[in-house]
Formats: sequence, C-alpha cells, structure tokens
Amino acid sequence: MSDVALRVEQVSKVYRLGRRNRHQTLRESLTDAVAQSVRRIPARLKGLPSSRPAQETFWALKEVTFGVAQGEVLGIIGRNGAGKSTLLKILSRITEPTQGRVQGYGRVGSLLEVGTGFHPELTGRENIYLNGAILGMRKSEIRNTFDEIVDFAEIETFLDMPVKRYSSGMYVRLAFAVAAHLESEILLVDEVLAVGDAAFQKKCLGKMEDVTNQGRTVLFVSHNLLAVQDLCNRAIWLQEGRLVEEGPPGRVVSHYVQTSFSALTEQRWEDVNAAPGSDDVRLRRACVRPTEDAAASIDVCTPFAMEFEYLNLKPGAYLNLSLQLYNEQGILVFESAPVHEPVWQGNPMPVGLFKDVCHVPGNLLNDGMYRVVLHLVKDQGTLLHKEDDILIFEVHDAVENRAGWHGAWDGAVRPILAWSTELIQEGKMC
Amino acid sequence: MQAASYFEIEPSRGWASLKLRTVWAYRELLYFLIWRDVKVRYKQTALGAAWAVLQPVLTMVVFSVFFGQLGKIPSDGLPYPIFAYTALLPWQLFAHTLTESGNSLVSNQELITKVYFPRLVIPLSSVLAGLVDFSIAFSVLLGMMYYYGIAPSMAVLTLPLFIMLACATALAVGLWLAALNVQYRDVRYTIPFLTQFWLFATPIAYPASLVPDPYRALYGLNPMVGVVEGFRWALLGQTDALNPSVFVSVLVVGVLLTGGLFYFRRMESTFADVV
Repeated sequence: MSDVALRVEQVSKVYRLGRRNRHQTLRESLTDAVAQSVRRIPARLKGLPSSRPAQETFWALKEVTFGVAQGEVLGIIGRNGAGKSTLLKILSRITEPTQGRVQGYGRVGSLLEVGTGFHPELTGRENIYLNGAILGMRKSEIRNTFDEIVDFAEIETFLDMPVKRYSSGMYVRLAFAVAAHLESEILLVDEVLAVGDAAFQKKCLGKMEDVTNQGRTVLFVSHNLLAVQDLCNRAIWLQEGRLVEEGPPGRVVSHYVQTSFSALTEQRWEDVNAAPGSDDVRLRRACVRPTEDAAASIDVCTPFAMEFEYLNLKPGAYLNLSLQLYNEQGILVFESAPVHEPVWQGNPMPVGLFKDVCHVPGNLLNDGMYRVVLHLVKDQGTLLHKEDDILIFEVHDAVENRAGWHGAWDGAVRPILAWSTELIQEGKMC
Repeated sequence: MQAASYFEIEPSRGWASLKLRTVWAYRELLYFLIWRDVKVRYKQTALGAAWAVLQPVLTMVVFSVFFGQLGKIPSDGLPYPIFAYTALLPWQLFAHTLTESGNSLVSNQELITKVYFPRLVIPLSSVLAGLVDFSIAFSVLLGMMYYYGIAPSMAVLTLPLFIMLACATALAVGLWLAALNVQYRDVRYTIPFLTQFWLFATPIAYPASLVPDPYRALYGLNPMVGVVEGFRWALLGQTDALNPSVFVSVLVVGVLLTGGLFYFRRMESTFADVV
C-alpha cells in the first residue's frame, strides 16, 4: 500500500434540527434565551445543575474512520442523506466536523457543484478566471491551462459573450472544464458526471480517468453505481452517517444494492384464514427469482420468474390470476394473465394447492424498482381479490448491454432490438 | 505538482485566532472578488459608471437647496455645495460599503456553502470595491475645488488616512452585521435605518461646530465625525487645527474592528451550516 493521502478518524457531524434553513429572528432568540433562563431558575434554587433543554439533533456523520492511499480513487456510495455530501463538505473545509480529526497531505480541490461562483453578467473568459480563483487556482495556473479549458469546453467562439447568454449545455461544459483542470493532489468530486449530453459525459469520464492515471487521489461520490465500479479502486458505503462497509467497489456496490432497497421478493402466508383472498381462494406464497440461478440478483439481462401459490377452496372453480407490473414512476409496464396456459385454463379446478409461474424474458425491462399487483379472478370476469404490492423487486442495471454509456437509459422497457446499418453510396453527395 | 503539504481538520473550540495569514494567502481571490463586484455593478445600466458620480452629486444638490438655501444652515464660511460634497464623499463610501459588506455573506451564500476560503475575504472585498466608486466621485470634487478656487494645503497628504478610517469603520460595523445577518435576517432590514440615522448623527449637512462643546467628546464617539471633519480639514483647510475628537474616533474604530474580527472568526465555522 502506498503512502496515505487522507486519514479520517472518528469524524462526526451533528446538525441541530430546525436550525438549518430556518432563520431565527432576533426577537425569537432573545425571548428563547429569557424563557430558558427563567425555566432554569427553579433547578438552580434546588442546587441542581442547570441543564440545557434537549435539542433535537441529527447525526449526519457518526464516527466515520477510513484512509485513502495516495493515487487511490475512492468511491463513496449510499442513499440520499447517508452523509456522503456532508463528508465531502468536511474534507473540503466548507463545514467543520463536530468531533474527530482529518489528516491529509496535499491541496484539496473540490468539485462539489459545477459553476459555483459563475456570474451571469461576466463573459466566459472572465468567468474562467473568477471561477478558477474561487476554486483555489493561482492566476498563473489559470493562465497556463486557459487554452486547455477553452478547448475542453468547446466554447472558443463564445469566449467573450456573457455566460447568461450561453445555452445550458455550454454553461455546464465550461464549468466542468474549469473545475477539471484544477491541479490539486486530492480531488473531491460530487455527482458532476450527471451533467451535459452523452458526448460530453464520455469526455468527463475520460478526464476523470486521466486524473486518476496522473496519480492524483480522488474521492468520488455518486449515485451512478456503474461509474463507481468503473472508475474506483475502492469504495466505502455510508448508511445513516455510519460507514457500513469498505472494500473493492464491485463487492461494496453489490452489497449496497442488495440490502438498500426494501424489496419484497418473497411472501408466505401459513395461516389459511389470515391469508389474503376470499372464501373461494387464498394465497399461500408469492416470490420472484431469476430463472437460472435463484440466488443471483436480477439485472436487465436476467430472465426471471414470478411464482404464486394459492389454495382453491371450491371444487370445480374456474380460476385465473392476472398480474400488473408497475415501475417506480407508477407506469403500468404490462398486464399479464395465463390465458395461453394449456393445462388448467378453461377447465374446472379441484380443491387443492396450485402454483402459477409467470416467466419474464431477459432484456425486456429497464432497470429500476418494480411492484406487482395481483388479481384473483373467477369465471373470467369476477374479481375475487386484489393484492397490492404482492411483490416488490429491483431490476439492476448491467454494464454489458450499455456499450460504455453511463448515463440514464430512459424508457419503461429496454429491449435489445435488431438494427442494421448499410452504406448506400460512398463519396460526397453533390 | 508541488510537494504535498500536510493539513489537519479539527473542530475549532472557543475563540479562534484571527488567522490573518490565511486571508493573505487568498489575496488573489480577494482581488478577483473585488474585480467581479466592480465589473458587474453597472452592467446593463444605461448610465453605467456615471451613477457613481450622480449619487453624491444629486444628494449634494438636494442638500444645497433644502439645507443651504432654504434652511440657511451655516457651512463654516465655505460655499455650501462644496461643504456638503466633501462630506458626502466619505459618507457614501461608508454607507455603501457598510450596506454591501453587511449583506455580503448572505448574497454570496452559494459560494459559502460550496467552496472553502477564509470568509473574511467576502466582506473585505465589498469594502474595497467601494473605493472604485469613491475615486470616480472624487474627481468631481477636484473640479469643484477648481471652480471655487480652493487650493488644498499640505494637510491634503493626510487624506489617505481618513479614507482608511472610513473603510475601517465600514468594515468594523460590516463584519458584525454580516455575521449576524447569517443567522438573523432582520439585519437586512435594519441596515437602511441604521445608515439613515447615522447620516444625521454625522456633520454632513451641518458643521460639527453646531454641536455644543460639552457634547463634542460624546459626538466624537461616532467615528464618521472624525472622518468627515478630517476630510474637510485635509481638503478645504478651513480650521488650522484638527479637532482632537478624531482620536476618539480612531480608538472607537479600533475597538469595534478588533471585536468584529474576532466575532466574525468565531461565527465563521457555522456560516455554511446556518446561512
């Protein structure tokens, strides 16, 4: 292991709730102060130590300890509010830790939000200097990298135009370009890859790779788990302000993904009378699993199956299930019923335990959370029972079918469709 | 790449040291912030930098008509317009920079919550940027002095000291207000009243000699009295000796400024969380 660039020891940060984003007025805090000291008088008279009234506090970080080696690229993952941004804010000295200590070697540059300090009235050229200075670059440094920045941002022709007239794409490109040329030994990066169009995103990732190849230390916060796996040597996972796991990014990411979503991939009802259903039929079990390896997680390429076990309580019943699959935007992706099932459909069913399996092919759904609503139907039209959210599961993203693109892949489904390209005629068409 | 320098981040406790050296290390940022303020101030205005002249000149005209002509307020034997304008120059420098620096942390909260640098740079840049407007308006005074045939004496060499005193006063009060403003937005609404009240407590429309002697020392507690009297003394050379109350002013500013710096430093670590 090479030299340590950053050592974070037992760092905690506490926020007093209601203090942030709520600006006390002077009158309030004066009356509070008076009220508090009055309240404390009886305690003092009794000789008790005066205690401050318990204030609602929130530990954004709790005793977080880790080290980063020089030249290492550390990914920081976790849900919103897990403390990722607070950690970066402490490391970049924007806010102080409540407890603990950070030791480090080198200049810390932070790319917490692109375009910080851009002034809309100033030109692109002026903003490069201003933004550079705000990010902590020396004037000489900015002058030396000026052409590179302009090249990278692809804004040569608009250099002397106020940035308020820039398109949002140009604005973001310029902002990222300035920040990306910050030559600090330690670079803190927060979600900046989520900007710009596809081509620029690739460029940013390329720049990030350059940065890491130069042996600089990078701390990279992202919700983009694919980018974390691609770019980082190591990852830490924060949950509710605590460090849960650190290690190789692949392992940490998959543990994070498996445990972080309140998925409901299997349900079982042992007591028939308490099970959802009606006098005609009761549910026994529901589960979702990959078709091949039941222990694996489901990603966009994985074929999977949804299984439903139910007890038929009436002899000779004509039953069928019907399921609806909703994605996390609440869009009904599809509805399906065993209408082509060859054995029992259209035939009377005896009393007993049945199992229906619905097979979903791979390369159909897009990534994201899905929930299943199940209908129990009698005689092709009578609804016996509707069970909401009988299954909740996530379809993970997969690197294989993305061809290097790390951005959001939109759409309710993500099928692999046949494409063809042909050259109709070579040469310039005049 | 430069040799990696060691650093440590720990919670600060109690009264922090001023760390003025860190501010010095960030002098380039200070320069760029001043440059930004100056550059942006009159963008998209039709009259541009002429506003820097118009503000004091129009005020002078109003004062000359109402206080000079109609009110017949004495002006120490000087033509009333130049008497008022000489005082309005440092006053506008003070009032403007006080307002700007008092609101500076709040109006730059985007920076404070996203990037680290010594926060002192922000109010400091607001005050220093005010000097540019001041210089423009000052050129008008030179024209007026020529017109009224007033030649400055050697005392004019002390003028920079009084400019510094005006800036120091603005910074001293501005630091307190800026730090308070982060937590209590009441400050924003207090500043206009404060400057208005302060205007009348300063001998701008009237000569300080109107104030009876026993109250002069008390009056001198207002540092702007020293500044305005100093300006008239240095430029117009009316009285031979400067009223000693100017030293009271210097003392008051010294105390206010030191207190302001320490208070600002103490609050600094919470700015990003509270603003």
